[in-house]
Amino acid sequence: MKHVRSGLLAASIVAAATLQAAAAQAGEIVVGMQCDRTGPTQTVGTFLCPGYHDYVKLVNSRGGIEGHTVKVLEIDHEYKVPPGMEAYQRFKAEGAVIVAIYGTPHTQALTPLLMEDKIPGTSPGFGSAAAANGEKYPYLFPIAATYWSQGAAAVKFAKDQLGGNLKGKKIAYLFYDNPAGREPLPVLHKLAKKEGFELKEFAVPPPGVEMKVQVQDIARRFRADFVINHTFGKAPSVSINEMTRNGYSLNKMVGLVWAAAESNIMGAGGWDKAQGFNVMQFAGAGSDYPVLDEIKAMYKAEGKEVPREMDTTVYYNRGVLAAALHLKAIENAVKAKGGSADVSGEDVKNGFEKIQNFTLGGILPPMAITKQDHEGGGWVRIFKVEGDGFKPVTEWMRGYRDIVEAMVKEGH
Amino acid sequence: MFHRESGYYKTTYAADMELYPLPITKTAMVVIGVLFFGLFPALMTDYYLSIINLCAIAVVGALGLNILVGFTGQISVGHAAFMSVGAYTAANLATRWDLPFWITMPAGGLMAMAIGLIVGLPSLRVKGLYLAIATLAAQFIIEWIINHTPAISGGVQASIEVPRPNLFGWDMDTQTEMYYFLMVLTTIAIVATLNLVRSRIGRAFIAIRDQDIAAEIIGINVYRYKLLAFGLSSFYAGVAGVMYTYYLGIANYEMFQLPISIDYLAMIIIGGLGSILGTIFGAVFITLLPVVVRVFMEVVGVYFVEGVYLAQVIAQMRLILFGGLIILFLVVEPEGLNKLWQNIRNYFRVWPFSH
Repeated sequence: MKHVRSGLLAASIVAAATLQAAAAQAGEIVVGMQCDRTGPTQTVGTFLCPGYHDYVKLVNSRGGIEGHTVKVLEIDHEYKVPPGMEAYQRFKAEGAVIVAIYGTPHTQALTPLLMEDKIPGTSPGFGSAAAANGEKYPYLFPIAATYWSQGAAAVKFAKDQLGGNLKGKKIAYLFYDNPAGREPLPVLHKLAKKEGFELKEFAVPPPGVEMKVQVQDIARRFRADFVINHTFGKAPSVSINEMTRNGYSLNKMVGLVWAAAESNIMGAGGWDKAQGFNVMQFAGAGSDYPVLDEIKAMYKAEGKEVPREMDTTVYYNRGVLAAALHLKAIENAVKAKGGSADVSGEDVKNGFEKIQNFTLGGILPPMAITKQDHEGGGWVRIFKVEGDGFKPVTEWMRGYRDIVEAMVKEGH
Repeated sequence: MFHRESGYYKTTYAADMELYPLPITKTAMVVIGVLFFGLFPALMTDYYLSIINLCAIAVVGALGLNILVGFTGQISVGHAAFMSVGAYTAANLATRWDLPFWITMPAGGLMAMAIGLIVGLPSLRVKGLYLAIATLAAQFIIEWIINHTPAISGGVQASIEVPRPNLFGWDMDTQTEMYYFLMVLTTIAIVATLNLVRSRIGRAFIAIRDQDIAAEIIGINVYRYKLLAFGLSSFYAGVAGVMYTYYLGIANYEMFQLPISIDYLAMIIIGGLGSILGTIFGAVFITLLPVVVRVFMEVVGVYFVEGVYLAQVIAQMRLILFGGLIILFLVVEPEGLNKLWQNIRNYFRVWPFSH
């Protein structure tokens, strides 16, 4: 009998689940959001996703978008593709008008579906760089600098740091050996030819905790003038330590956007171990932005503690950036519909393509998303580890825009 | 209770060879057929169909692994790599030469089979844990090769977009059409496996699993059958990879990494090693349970946590409950869900007169 009972229990759970899933409410605007809080990129997701929720909560607490509340449906997919697909179908079933994709393989897998279902999906800081082409991928929105733009901006930064001329200089590209890690390569090779610098690739195999050989080569044999560091996960911390150990100045290294967070610095042993390290951001780092103060004020007004996720500003702010752009796109869509909450994915897509001059006090770059350019211009800002925080060293910048745009147009 | 199992006499060889000799099982099969091919696609929304589609793909992959692990007693932790071999083979054929799915699918399977035969070679020399490590190496080697060979992977992104499967000029692009597409393939895979394991080959597999020396003594060519098991298992994996590719419209090796191999092992262990029905249970369990647990948490969680922390709690509790339920089911019945189902069935078989 015992077996029967456990069988019945399982059946009743399934039944409860089935009943509940049909409960999407009218008058709300539903947003689908994938997250990874339990998988290999949980160190990002656990900070990024709360940022998204908090911004939506802030907007809702002020009466929502033109009076309509926004409901965020978050589904954790453990960075696995099948649960990510299930999540997308759930979003679609619940009438989501926009999907925040999480993860490069998920972006790839969802690209055809988004187009068929006419639901815009966003992939800030990951996914395919070719997706910036809004005419080829009308429903995919990188909404932040793609890996191509990041690579180009890194070269531009190196050029500025090395006295405005890269001829005969040596640039090392230290990267995580996966598709995302290799994606900036075409743009780097093009720029190497154009600017006349020597580019050498140093691949770090997953899981990226061992890179002694690569770093020794960079620091002692190749003697790079500048290092572009495109690593993920634990690898950035390891690279910081190895560089220091080999006597290489961190001032001459820039980390692309996934090697740029507080957690990477903590992993290397704290702020004083990483002084001078340059990091690239597509959303402002630090907590000196009015919108963050408003979120804090909202929590204080509720008599609650300010969430500790806010301390990891880099990822949290990226969540705020994604939410802000999403809600702005929805707002544009609602306005175009004369204030009705009945907007479709297509309306929101058009809403995205109207976003410009929307910086929320500097946490967002001065981007302009257009029908052709879904990346919004490919803006980044370089920060530097100084004292115990990130200090900006440049304004919002981009590099070699013409070359990147030509590549996006060609599609590879 | 519902039926008698005695009194059916087989008078012809054909009757003796039947897959389902009892009338009740025949009726059950018809009912299941009507459910899956008639009622489900007619009544269910796209969301539920999409979940069944994922389960169907998992079933094919898990069947392949169960042939190897459950029936032949070999072990493989590189199953997902064979799926990626199938996926990329089909994707390349479909995009470079515009071949239809009924060519790319067997081709993907055969290519995976060829690689599987090579990877199976260590099984002739090593067993158990040693073999596990050898197949683990295969997982990484295949991943690396795909990742670093643009000719296979289609470029830096290592992903190839594939057109929808097309049958006589008819594109299968909605969830319902994909459902039929996948369900037909899954049915073929299930029936093929059911027949395989009661054939000469299947019995040789079982003999090798139970005692390979004894199997050799009674005249089974152990080397041949071990390799064959690897080949067949990889064929299924390859086909599952192709199904996946067509379902998602994209081949990407990041979908077939080590954790997926482990997931497939978990499916067959929870479902029941050496059992077809168990394989189906296990594949459905592993695919569905996270969804069910999450929905359950979404309902119950609201009463305990509020606001933005809910998402965090749901995600973590889902993992805890998922792990907990796996342990619970295995403690209740170490031989897997299939045995659990047998127990329930046996209880009702003689109910209410159990003595």
